[in-house]
Amino acid sequence: MIGQSIPKLDAQALVTGKPVYTDDLAAYHHALIVKILRSPHAHARIRSIDKSHAEKIPGVACILTHEDVPHCRYTNSGESYPEPCPHDRFLLEPVVRYVGDEVAIVAAESEKAAARALELIRVDYEILPAVLDFTNAENNPVLVHAPNEGVFMPDDVGLDCAHNVVSRHKVQKGDLSSALSSSDRVVTGEFFTPPQSHCMMETHRSFCFPDEFGRLTFWTSTQSPFHTRRQTAAALGLPYNRIRVMKPRVGGAFGGKNITVCEPYVGIVTLKTGRPAKMVLTRKETFTATASRHEMRFRITLGASADGTLKAVQVDCLNNTGAYGEDGPAVTMVSAGNMLPMHNRTDAIEFTGTTVYTNLLPGGAMRGYGAAQSTFAIECMMDELADACGIDPIAFRLKNCAKEGDTGGILTTPIRSSSLLRCIARGREMIGWNEKYPVQQLSETRLRAVGMAAATHGSGVQNIGQAAVSIRLEEDGTYLMRSGATDLGTGSDTILTQIAAQVLNCPVSRINTRTADTDGPYDTGAFASCTTYVTGNAVIKAAESFKNRLFTWAGKRMACPPDTLVLLEDRVAMQNDPSRFMELSGIGMATMIGDNAMLEATETYLCTDAPNPFAAGFAEIDLDLETGKIDLHQFVLVVDCGKVINPALARIQAEGGVVQSIGYALYEQPVRDQKGRLITDSFMQYKIPTRLDVRNIRVAFEESSEPTGPFGAKSLGELVIHTPAPAIANALFHATGIKLHELPMTPEKVYRALCARGLNKYPRRVAQEGMH
Amino acid sequence: MLSILLNINGRDYPLQVESNWTLLYVIRELLRFTGSKYGCGTGDCGACKVLIDGEAKNSCTLLARNMEGKKIVTIEGVSQGGQLHPVQQAFIDAGAIQCGFCTPGMVITSIALLSKSPDPTEDEILEALGNNLCRCSGYKKIVEAIHLAALQMQEKEVVS
Repeated sequence: MIGQSIPKLDAQALVTGKPVYTDDLAAYHHALIVKILRSPHAHARIRSIDKSHAEKIPGVACILTHEDVPHCRYTNSGESYPEPCPHDRFLLEPVVRYVGDEVAIVAAESEKAAARALELIRVDYEILPAVLDFTNAENNPVLVHAPNEGVFMPDDVGLDCAHNVVSRHKVQKGDLSSALSSSDRVVTGEFFTPPQSHCMMETHRSFCFPDEFGRLTFWTSTQSPFHTRRQTAAALGLPYNRIRVMKPRVGGAFGGKNITVCEPYVGIVTLKTGRPAKMVLTRKETFTATASRHEMRFRITLGASADGTLKAVQVDCLNNTGAYGEDGPAVTMVSAGNMLPMHNRTDAIEFTGTTVYTNLLPGGAMRGYGAAQSTFAIECMMDELADACGIDPIAFRLKNCAKEGDTGGILTTPIRSSSLLRCIARGREMIGWNEKYPVQQLSETRLRAVGMAAATHGSGVQNIGQAAVSIRLEEDGTYLMRSGATDLGTGSDTILTQIAAQVLNCPVSRINTRTADTDGPYDTGAFASCTTYVTGNAVIKAAESFKNRLFTWAGKRMACPPDTLVLLEDRVAMQNDPSRFMELSGIGMATMIGDNAMLEATETYLCTDAPNPFAAGFAEIDLDLETGKIDLHQFVLVVDCGKVINPALARIQAEGGVVQSIGYALYEQPVRDQKGRLITDSFMQYKIPTRLDVRNIRVAFEESSEPTGPFGAKSLGELVIHTPAPAIANALFHATGIKLHELPMTPEKVYRALCARGLNKYPRRVAQEGMH
Repeated sequence: MLSILLNINGRDYPLQVESNWTLLYVIRELLRFTGSKYGCGTGDCGACKVLIDGEAKNSCTLLARNMEGKKIVTIEGVSQGGQLHPVQQAFIDAGAIQCGFCTPGMVITSIALLSKSPDPTEDEILEALGNNLCRCSGYKKIVEAIHLAALQMQEKEVVS
């Protein structure tokens, strides 16, 4: 089972278009259509709302403003309690803090009635000055959240509303100033990374109906049903047992659905009307009113001795969390925590991070979660430092990178497995580094160059990520496995079933896997690259525990010690005499009926280690000196995610991560106007990679065996997004000496940098036209 | 409300529609062919593609009332008698499915392409997929699936 590319268990349903997503299920009910009236201003106080005209529209069921809803503080972040997230939201309130903030809720019998009612609501705003530049937030006289208004953070990591500061974070190892002063080479740089839109194909959506006991029951497109239940309960002031959250198939998430952006709004409509209600965000709303990757600034100083030994790493991070705190503080922490382990061998590390409020779209969880940003910055600086030392960038990394057996320093857990050195060696060969480094002249106006980067991440959230799995023998001898794991399309339901099938020694078809229902076992949810590692370990624990119970039961009936039994596909047999056995169907029937002994085991696994996976990425770019355009000629990614449980699923996830990062690196650029409105609010304005943009991507795996992982596995999902941006930037650096420290690396920016260095070639066509 | 007759998946459906209802709205909300997805509403992502007289079209930017007299095939009409279309089977076999939300549109586009060009070149595939976005997969396996489907459909033809 382990290591086999079995197809996704839901593939047949997905490829035939079966109704398995949230809005498909809602289509079978007569649900009220819920829409939100959103703020056109970045910062304003609502003087009054007149809904009298809107309420007269036929088919309008209710219109709710801040005067009509519970006034309970909550955060919409999908993090575990006690979360380092400010509870700075109300469902609705008389202040709006960014263009897109919620003003009123409309529920109607039809799209048309709901849309017409939105148009007729009259809001009188007092427009307030806004904080639109995050580098200028901390001492800004404008405050996004006033102090003394009850904003609180269960795990307070430095909330200071009087200065628009959400958190401050520091990581330290050794004596930085002496390490820097004893360094022979010191480089510094300032980096800016932009927000990035998740652009999952399924926009955010949620469907709620009252069950037969009047509970709010959700089918909803979420990454973490349990956190969604907790935050929705907080927003509505309900006990948890009045809410049930189930996740059907999800059409992609990438972190974007680890926030509760729809559920409280449809929930309040069902509460008020007693009717099923659904909300499907438009693509524009998904761009402008959910969350994006956090915009960040890094200031980095690195020191090394002349022989290329890294001695000092200093990073200062400024993180724009936008109008609401949400994941901001954790993203700042993780920009350190999932990047610095790579550099733990150095004498001294100092990381300082500040998270600030602005009147902009909130930052939220997004694949890479701070480490995508910090890895871009630090890996560019590593290349510049290698250059300053006169050392090949690969040799520099081989010398300084983290290695198996490393412990202490800033590491919260030892590095028990790493094949990073093999990843680098294999990638070097695959890309043809030795023949191509640093640059080739293809023509008078085109250069081809290579660059690389190395990265790490975590596997789950240490001492917080937790999964429970329950396995039961059915009357016919098949299995039911229940867990809270949340398959977002990655195939985790398939992978967890494979892991169970391995322990239960049966084909996957024997196991009925049910996941992501708050009426079932608990799981923190699908974020922080946790499911294979954390829930996978819980599956093993539950399956082993189940086997023990099964063998104890069967041993009594077969009059033999439990440890002499083995589990086969359909029977329990004696190890040394297979002719003595009991069929699972018989055991299932006997234990379910009349035996007081239903065979079921539930086990919980707490993620205590969160081991680091590793990857090395290699970019080969073509640079057009006439236009500044970078074409990615090829990209090679070699990954150490421990043991690969399902190679086909691992490969497609890795390829997808690379492509998402190519967009981030080269052209995904949110643009705001002067009033803080996001202009790039459709796929026409905000370009994500199409098949035409990405051609030659190759992914390879260099397995290691992680002793704490399920069959040796570590995480994969976020790791794969880290290396493309810095590898492309480093290729540009090798080609031209340009240190482009700002993403995306658009032709405009590259062309300006070429001009500054006198490397640009005038477009021939323009030159010729000029002669006429 | 207008009275119209739409031919979908080989069946005629008499319908009452508003003049501004899109084909996507009608097939999803009225007829519950929910395999076609709303991803953008602006014809940019391709998740809502259906076959109209054999061509892959975005149903979110077509008005239902203009579709009379045309043969419309949704993803639900692609497989016949419980048998997957070779393109669907190839998407499974090539492991070209992640979240699956873009998959129906991808399958529709692929079927339209292969009916015109049974042995498409790499460039033809890239061109055909230019209006189908996928954020999960990196597209590589989707292209592999189309090649695989082309191969299997040709073999089938040789055998028959």
